Amino acid sequence: MLMENNLLVLKNICKSFKKTGGEEHLVLDKVSLTIREGEIVALLGRSGSGKSTLLRIISGLAQPVSGEVLYNGVAVKGPVKGVAMVFQTFALFPWFTVLENVELGLEAMGIPKTERGRRALAAIDLIGLDGFESAYPKELSGGMRQRVGFARALVVEPTLLLMDEAFSALDVLTAETLRTDLIELWLERRIPTKGILLVSHNIEEAVLLADRIVILGTNPGTILSEIHIPLAHPRDREAPTFRKLVDEVYELMTKRPRNTTSKSEAVPLSYRLPDAPINQLAGLMEALASDLYNGKADLPELADQMGFGVEELFPLLEALEILSLARTEEGDVELTRFGKNFVDADILQRKVIFAELVNRHVALVAHIRHVIDERPGNRAPEERFLRELEDYFSEEEAERVLLVAIEWGRYAEIFAYKEGAGILSLENPGKIDNG
Amino acid sequence: MKESKTKKRVPNLWDASAFVLVMGLVVFLALGSSQMSIPYTPGESIPLSLNPVYLPFYALRTVVRMVSALIFSLLFTFTYATLAAKSSRAEAIMVPLLDILQSVPVLGFLSITVTGFIALFPGNLLGVEMAAIFAIFTSQAWNMAFSFYQSLKIVPKELKEASELFGLSPWKKFWKLEVPYATPNLIWNTMMSVSGGWFFVVASEAITVGKTSVTLPGIGSYVAKALQDKNLSAIGFALLAMLIVILLYNQLLFRPLVTWAEKFKVELSEGENPPSSWVFTLFQRAYYLRRCIQKMSDLSSSLIERAPALPRITLNSWTTTARFRKLQGIIWYALLALSMTSGLWMLISFVIGGVDYSEIINVFMLGLFTLTRVVVLLLLACLIWVPLGILIGLHPRWATTVQPLAQFLAAFPANLLFPVAVFLMVRHHLSPEIWCAPLMILGTQWYILFNVIAGASAIPNDLLEAAKNLGLSGWRLWKYLLLPAIIPSLLTGLVTASGGTWNASIVAEVVSWGSTKLIATGLGSYIAQWSAKGDYPHIVLGIAVMSLYVVLFNRLFWRRLYSISQTRYRLD
Repeated sequence: MLMENNLLVLKNICKSFKKTGGEEHLVLDKVSLTIREGEIVALLGRSGSGKSTLLRIISGLAQPVSGEVLYNGVAVKGPVKGVAMVFQTFALFPWFTVLENVELGLEAMGIPKTERGRRALAAIDLIGLDGFESAYPKELSGGMRQRVGFARALVVEPTLLLMDEAFSALDVLTAETLRTDLIELWLERRIPTKGILLVSHNIEEAVLLADRIVILGTNPGTILSEIHIPLAHPRDREAPTFRKLVDEVYELMTKRPRNTTSKSEAVPLSYRLPDAPINQLAGLMEALASDLYNGKADLPELADQMGFGVEELFPLLEALEILSLARTEEGDVELTRFGKNFVDADILQRKVIFAELVNRHVALVAHIRHVIDERPGNRAPEERFLRELEDYFSEEEAERVLLVAIEWGRYAEIFAYKEGAGILSLENPGKIDNG
Repeated sequence: MKESKTKKRVPNLWDASAFVLVMGLVVFLALGSSQMSIPYTPGESIPLSLNPVYLPFYALRTVVRMVSALIFSLLFTFTYATLAAKSSRAEAIMVPLLDILQSVPVLGFLSITVTGFIALFPGNLLGVEMAAIFAIFTSQAWNMAFSFYQSLKIVPKELKEASELFGLSPWKKFWKLEVPYATPNLIWNTMMSVSGGWFFVVASEAITVGKTSVTLPGIGSYVAKALQDKNLSAIGFALLAMLIVILLYNQLLFRPLVTWAEKFKVELSEGENPPSSWVFTLFQRAYYLRRCIQKMSDLSSSLIERAPALPRITLNSWTTTARFRKLQGIIWYALLALSMTSGLWMLISFVIGGVDYSEIINVFMLGLFTLTRVVVLLLLACLIWVPLGILIGLHPRWATTVQPLAQFLAAFPANLLFPVAVFLMVRHHLSPEIWCAPLMILGTQWYILFNVIAGASAIPNDLLEAAKNLGLSGWRLWKYLLLPAIIPSLLTGLVTASGGTWNASIVAEVVSWGSTKLIATGLGSYIAQWSAKGDYPHIVLGIAVMSLYVVLFNRLFWRRLYSISQTRYRLD
């Protein structure tokens, strides 16, 4: 293959962040990836897979610790001309009108004012914003705002277009229209863009848009697998070939990590507990137990039914798995005996079941209880556990993991927590003196 | 903005009125400032007449001082805060410094700086003017710089990324992203600072340092003279003049600015009650004027664009090594430590040279007196204004009329009202130890009131309905809902009021009426009396101790309460 055809080449990209102790915390481990001309590539991954970090390295906003980014054969050291990004939160300047926002990139390139105006208006026309030139972003709906985001990125005529979850802040219908419009521009070659890289947590979106899907694994982020989508545009979501590919991606993403934990074993302190609020866990289990699924569901179907993306669904599945409330295999999820018991129980019994499972399967919760039992006065400051967790995680991640453990432990009434003071104890939090 | 179809347009009526407004302002300011640099030797008294005919002119002089101080404060804000936000090394010292400076009593400064400024402009009144302007500056600049610094630190990450990705130079990024982002907060803070500033402009117009007494023509000095001459009607006229000045300042400058700043708010939905201003509407409708402003902003933005892109300096490879940077850091902090110790040594030796140790203990005791007054007054003010503020805040109709009034009262320089109080105290033989105290909080209590009103009117209607639905009423309603709900805004008001009250103690603990002088024991009167004598070691000692009290009070008390209130009582 000729080198010119490679738009972007990543070679062994590693990225780490400093932890409080000065140690490095690895988020991306030897990621290598090539984007060829004429290709749309989607990066899929759970939260914590470092996909947004990777996008920032590609755009030159962040630097890798080691490895190389080559754009058109030239090493990337900072923001590059020819690479534009569309942001999840739109990142529009609220004090500029639509036109001024779109002109911004051109202005930085030093293009004279009249030329700037002409090109910006053309881009605004192209993306269907005609008539809104003088509006301020606050006056627009979410979909219109993201159109401004697209116009601003496209006006600089980027060779490579990056999209950081560009559709995830929009409602379903708006997102779909915008996707269709973008694909049309791309297919009809009305934009000079030669490659698109999109980061997403929406599997269907990836299958709908991309020619190739790259799946990132977590902790640290590595490329797990790649899958080609040989379907012609426009793609039909209901077509069996489409559904099959979606299933395939779900399967790839729910593949157990190699060193999977056996049923009776607890996850160690160093395990990144997923963000799974109790109410959502209960809601998901109830849905699974309903007549619709009878305890077992196909993941794409479930996600669709509950309006969940990967970002929301996978942490829940992971939590159910850890607690052995459900099993996920080959793109299906099935309630276990414990899961069924939980759903059938009343509010108080649920707590008892949950308490037993958490104690058995989550070392951190059991450890916190143990420490509180040992300490005089049966109280312990949360800092104590944060310091411990910071041996494994960054400061931020340690806080997040501890919060999850605290929520689970509190719900299970294994310990009590005083938020303002940051004290974990055995006091019964439910009792308040009432005069 | 489609301005391609420009046809000849006749200036409209809006243009005419806007033109008159602008030109009037220009002439006014020119007239006021022309008298600022006239020959003058210290000790010479500037003739001042109590004839109310001259009052507009005096008011104008006061306003010019205010405007000049505001310009200097803005310059300071843009440089100091930017540097602190951009360089982590500078930040390490500049931010704590700003925090301390905020706590130093401004009025204590005056006596020290006035001699310096007079020496700077020998034989010219400008020196004294500068001293007054500097006093106002010190009452505004720290607060404004702090707000700007904080805004710069929290510019949204995606906006920063977007500007970097599109290749905006740091200079452009500053003007197109950072300044606009900081604008709403900065304007709000400037408004609050100017409110506080009137107090100081009035106080700084009649200065006595040792044997030199300097009077600058202005409303403050007019009142001082009226006080000497025991002229009550003159004081009445002065109050009226001040009232009008503040009203105009508010209507012509800040209302339009606040309205305009709405567009810089980052929240992506429009607020329910956007502020409005007739001046702003006027300027929007005046066609030619708008074109003029457009041209000016085009010019300034092309200036921003044309600014030579600073060449990116690529240093020799060894200067970027970690070792070099570490070395740089060590040198920087060593220099800091050195200047800190020498500064401390100078302060101590200066003070010790002029006072003895027992005096230092004495000053700390005096501080306790003033502290007691401050605490008692704040508590009393809370007892009065919290219930009233909540009642007003719960009725939107009342709130919309009372709120601007409270803000206006906060801006009104309370020291102009002192004479009336003194007159009464002398007449009824009241003890200054107790009756001077209310003067300290006369001007600052309004911060408590309008913050409580704001807090109470922000209580979500759902919560009020839920409380009613649960049958909460009377004391229970107050205890469980109303009082907890206003705690964060009450604290915001209290912190501002507390700072202002300390400052006011310097002018409120010593008051006079004709030749009668009333003195209350305290740190404020200590500073005021030694200032009048021009004894620097004592002044410095007094200021240092008061700053220490304020800083400790802030750190140990307010900041803790504030963080608790923000975590426990925030409604969102």
